[in-house]
Amino acid sequence: MKVVVDLNRCQAYAQCIYAAPDHFALHGAEALVYDTAPDEAARAEIERAVQACPVRAITATSDVPALMPHKVGDR
Amino acid sequence: MTAPTEAPRQIVIVGASLAGLSAAHALRDVGYEGRIVLIGDENEPPYDRPPLSKQVLRGLYSAETSLPQRADLNATFRLGVGALGLDTLAHRIYLSDGTQIVYDRLLIATGTRARPWPNGAEAASSNVYTLRGHADAEHLARGLAGKPRRVLIIGGGFIGCEIASCCRDLGLDVTLAVRGALPLVHALGSVTAAFMRDVIRDRGVDLRLETEVARFQPDADSRVVAAILRNGQRIEADCVVAALGALRNTEWLAGAGLAVSPKGVRVDTHCRVLTATRAVVPDVFAAGDIAHWPSAIYGNRLLAVEHWGNAVAQAETAARNMVAGEAGLIPYDHLPDFWSQQFGLNIKLVGLPTGANQFAVVQGSLRDRRFIGVYGAQGRTVAAVSVDSARWLPAYRAAVAEATPFPPIVGALDQADIRPQPLARAVS
Repeated sequence: MKVVVDLNRCQAYAQCIYAAPDHFALHGAEALVYDTAPDEAARAEIERAVQACPVRAITATSDVPALMPHKVGDR
Repeated sequence: MTAPTEAPRQIVIVGASLAGLSAAHALRDVGYEGRIVLIGDENEPPYDRPPLSKQVLRGLYSAETSLPQRADLNATFRLGVGALGLDTLAHRIYLSDGTQIVYDRLLIATGTRARPWPNGAEAASSNVYTLRGHADAEHLARGLAGKPRRVLIIGGGFIGCEIASCCRDLGLDVTLAVRGALPLVHALGSVTAAFMRDVIRDRGVDLRLETEVARFQPDADSRVVAAILRNGQRIEADCVVAALGALRNTEWLAGAGLAVSPKGVRVDTHCRVLTATRAVVPDVFAAGDIAHWPSAIYGNRLLAVEHWGNAVAQAETAARNMVAGEAGLIPYDHLPDFWSQQFGLNIKLVGLPTGANQFAVVQGSLRDRRFIGVYGAQGRTVAAVSVDSARWLPAYRAAVAEATPFPPIVGALDQADIRPQPLARAVS
């Protein structure tokens, strides 16, 4: 998968970290680091993270277009 | 000149990075169904750059930072091919593989490259690095993984400081050589820059201020073993990173008759490029780091920023205007904003502190390393910075956009005492 976070938008609510703890983390109190290329197996978790973000900062796409024809989330 | 009357059928985007891809997405979003060709001189599809200096160097997660693409983008990518020349009368671009391509509309999004270390022979040493692209990041990450005894970073801007932070996270000894009296002072002003100086030193960086590197000392294999400073001092280092800022990739536009300068290519408020005589070229647009644009928010001052958010927003406006008729053109404006992550802190800025001569902490405190600060110029609010306080920064956006009086309201019942202080030197 491909993941990008608009860190201008991110306000460190950290909901992505609860949704996908292996793919998002905070460095310090609020600097977000994240998995830019998670495995397809993590798709459900990543989608949960996208949906959980209160400021809609996460965009993700599947590398398997047939499975997920539209990007999830808004920028 | 008026807008072209024919609807475009072939839109060419030169520069296949964040701005270029954002424009392609926006073209499909507004229903454009014609051809989109993206030309990029790197050999890989569009990727995100901010993670390179924040997590790729540390070996976190993946080194692959390709940007998401919508499945129905239906764009043609010509990668590993650079643009060499532009003929706006023939609507033609000359490419590095010897071919040419014609366009109905062109978006110039060629961005910037790292300013190289000025001595070419020294810059070519196998342990002297710069950081701009994906290949640079992987190369430097390999260098850092080899556990150099000391990393010397030259340049006290965001990239230099972020690399220094990564080095400390990796447990490496690092010297950061900064020409000025403070790191980050151009972007953040003297108060926040002095705060960062203390943070950087607390985190174990050997921060050398007012320090200029004159030359490198090579060993028999031409690998750098030390740097010699202008004052004659010697710093032993077996890994050197030149973080000297960026140069705009405008060379291919030489001879096209456009208004090009070191600040980029001039555009009008609709993202259309201007000729050297300031006439609008109605079918050529520019966006992102390469664009030198007038900001209505800042009194039509010309801005040239190298920010992620500007690349996305400006590309979207340019894309809309590429397919709009003259009557449908929309003006571009954007409040500059960016973020940096370093030494475990999240630093965000909104607005433009250029010319600010006052600064006030309005929430939190420098001592707690958690605050919001506001910048004032001529009694107006022009920018706001947050350090580990991102959630409250949006509350200051409107004040910045509307240039409300500075200092902000003082004496409210629930408000701490706000004491504006002068900025030691004007931010340029």
